[in-house]
Amino acid sequence: MSDISEDSTAAGPTQPSGGAGLSARQLQVRSIVQALGMLPVLFILAIAFHYLGDERFLTPQNLSIVAQQAAINTVLGAGMTFVILTGGIDLSVGSILAASAMSALIFSLLPGWGMLGIPAALLTGLGFGLINGSLIAFGKLPPFIVTLGSLTAVRGLARLMGNDATIFNPDLPFAFIGNAAITIAPGVRVPVLAVIAIVVILISWYVLRRTVLGIWIYAVGGNPAAARLSGIKVWRILLFVYSVSGMLAGLGGVMSAARLFAANGLQLGQSYELDAIAAVILGGTSFVGGIGSIWGTLIGALIIAVLSNGLTLVGVSDIWQFIVKGLVIIGAVALDRVRLQGSART
Amino acid sequence: MTLEPDPVPRLEMRGISKTFPGVKALNDVKLKAWGGEVLALMGENGAGKSTLMKILSGAYQADAGGTLLIDGKPVAITDPIAAKRHGISIIYQELALAPNLTVAENIYLGIEPSRRGQIDRPAMRTGCQAVLNRLGAPFTPDTVVSGMSIAEQQLVEIARALHTNSKILVLDEPTTALSSRETDRLFALVRQLRAEGIALIYISHRMAEVYELADRVSVLRDGSYVGTLTREELSAEALVKMMVGRDLSSFYTKTHDPHGSRGPVLLEVRGITDGGRRVRPCSLRLHQGEVLGIAGLVGSGRTELARLIYGADGKAGGEVILAGNSVAINAPEDALKVGLAYLTEDRKGLGLFLDLSCGTNINLGVIGSDARAGGILDRAAWRRRAARAFESLRIRAASPQVIVGSLSGGNQQKVLLSRWLEIGPKVLILDEPTRGVDIGAKSEIYRIIDELAKRDIGVIVISSELPEIIGVCDRVLVMREGQIAGEVGGPGGAPITQENIMAFGAGMAA
Ligand SMILES: Nc1ncnc2c1ncn2[C@@H]1O[C@H](COP(=O)(O)OP(=O)(O)OP(=O)(O)O)[C@@H](O)[C@H]1O
Ligand SMILES: [Mg+2]
Repeated sequence: MSDISEDSTAAGPTQPSGGAGLSARQLQVRSIVQALGMLPVLFILAIAFHYLGDERFLTPQNLSIVAQQAAINTVLGAGMTFVILTGGIDLSVGSILAASAMSALIFSLLPGWGMLGIPAALLTGLGFGLINGSLIAFGKLPPFIVTLGSLTAVRGLARLMGNDATIFNPDLPFAFIGNAAITIAPGVRVPVLAVIAIVVILISWYVLRRTVLGIWIYAVGGNPAAARLSGIKVWRILLFVYSVSGMLAGLGGVMSAARLFAANGLQLGQSYELDAIAAVILGGTSFVGGIGSIWGTLIGALIIAVLSNGLTLVGVSDIWQFIVKGLVIIGAVALDRVRLQGSART
Repeated sequence: MTLEPDPVPRLEMRGISKTFPGVKALNDVKLKAWGGEVLALMGENGAGKSTLMKILSGAYQADAGGTLLIDGKPVAITDPIAAKRHGISIIYQELALAPNLTVAENIYLGIEPSRRGQIDRPAMRTGCQAVLNRLGAPFTPDTVVSGMSIAEQQLVEIARALHTNSKILVLDEPTTALSSRETDRLFALVRQLRAEGIALIYISHRMAEVYELADRVSVLRDGSYVGTLTREELSAEALVKMMVGRDLSSFYTKTHDPHGSRGPVLLEVRGITDGGRRVRPCSLRLHQGEVLGIAGLVGSGRTELARLIYGADGKAGGEVILAGNSVAINAPEDALKVGLAYLTEDRKGLGLFLDLSCGTNINLGVIGSDARAGGILDRAAWRRRAARAFESLRIRAASPQVIVGSLSGGNQQKVLLSRWLEIGPKVLILDEPTRGVDIGAKSEIYRIIDELAKRDIGVIVISSELPEIIGVCDRVLVMREGQIAGEVGGPGGAPITQENIMAFGAGMAA
């Protein structure tokens, strides 16, 4: 896979004699196929649900609901992609989302200053991300342990913030984030939540593929020792990815607060980290670090949303939804492995 | 050595082809090897030598249509275990040991002896010790691999191959990390195994080794079989012509002035030490435009000294003075900031990002300074630098976008070297710069070192290959047991010869 994607006209000079590997053009095609490897799964699921569910799935209204359902997980998954690309993991995003949503609501209740809820939530997320990142970068503690700890601790803090009760704000000043939609063409309305998710994906793509920082993230994940010897400040990269993950969890907090007009420190965001990790893995990002793409994460998040929505539509019980979702995740990734076997490096 | 005493070769490969997505690495290749002989396999970087051997060892599957005969009988080698069963062992160019396990555990990996359902550790240890004795290895079965030098790790690989009863043993560039003493020991061993009737296939880019060991030499070029020379027909010209397809007219000759215009001291290191574990206080001076060699046995602390200077490992004492100013170097980034760069000897473990493209690997040290405002990649600069490196080192890959992990070993080395050349440092420490590089590219690298010296850059070359040290260096420090044991060359110094260097390295002089 090419890490700097080239437009086809600028495809690098091909050595005429005895060249090795793939040509730039072939590589480009392959990297797209790789990133979008799960796309067929997504289409098959959508079509299957459409016909199993009396043709109710592929309707504008339902697709808009799916987009809404996918939005928050996409945002969390984007942050998770940064973290997993460095070979780490962030288990605390669900809890951070809850704490940030609490901040958002608390500040939204300030008379006249309700919009402060948005920056408050983002800063809350960023703050927790920075703490995670510092412990991992400077304390040299394993990411799994650090974020497992904050999964629990931040959950407690979120409950504390609302005295273990639900906070409501029926006049939420930023409610449009969760409920409005933008008309992009006659009859085609895209929920604001989905727009936010797409913007996050686009920015993430730009950072990962077009900036120095992005290359450094791939480098640190691919070979940390070599990264250090090449003069990359590994601690900075780690601090950055966990901060991004935390801040995007904060954004997720804003999004769910805006959707619900309420937040509850105990229930909100429970096991969201698992869906975010599943989206990244479905998207083909390597758990070891150094390989993966943000587009894959988007498709992974869509698959998860399609499953939840479609299974409900078809009338599968909540209990069976869990079982089916789990099996699909395992099956899809196994399928992907088989498909990529031919091109895998040994 | 009489040739082809047996009408049926131990190994015959016929019509072997191998296609990777987008590249035909082997095209209708044949090869014959007899028991009791050493067959050298030669060819430029990327010619397909390693790929052919990986097919033999079951790591890769050949395209349909090829035949593989052992003792005249067709066999199907579908996986590495089948290869083992047929008595084929291979020591790969890129070492593959489990770093956290001990020597004995590595040797017995997957074939652990058991007694009543438990791993029989005493048996493992005795068996392992026997092989280690046969090899004259300087470590014990209980040594953990991660703390070992590359040369020591390679000995473990050899021990592992010898330990299972091999009929065919492949050595893919086994001496690239060995110093002359280890090499001599390895050669003695190769001869011993040949006398025992094993068929040995030996891949190397070093002519001298091939002359010394080979009974026959087969040559590959661009994935095709070119021909085989017997010992009697062997000559450097003939071989080079077969490998390169043309006469390689100009071998390396030094053109920078070794002493006359020696500039002021550029780098001075005073009493640097890691507290005595591997490096005892060492001091050295490097002049502007000087090529300083560091020779010594493997394990003498050459790499460790370089890593201390570069800030890769923490130092317990000592001072680094660059162009008259004392500089604080606590991490590689500090060293790079003052213009001091270090090429690692371990390209796969500590150098390359195997999943990133060649171009990004080449650009990795400079993307930060090339970047436009806001840290946006300068893709034009990326392409320009990559193209330049491809051109000047003749890197063999379809384009800079190809991931570096799919390149042949020698081409990977060229990519890594380019990264440090692109940085344009004031002082460049090269640790085994020509590991696994073919003769053409080797003289190319020597020419680049020469060029750097002419541009007043200070170059330190660490190498286990004495001819290389003698050929490119103006002055040579010899290390022994973590200390600088002596110096040859330089104004008024003893001449740089094999004998003078060896004398210090082995501790016979001084
Ligand atoms: N896994 C792979 N995927 C794609 N291409 C590969 C792969 N392995 C090898 N190649 C290509 O096959 C060709 C032959 O490579 P090989 O490693 O056999 O060369 P070699 O003769 O051993 O070279 P060297 O002397 O540098 O070790 C090269 O062009 C290389 O890029
Ligand atoms: Mg090779």
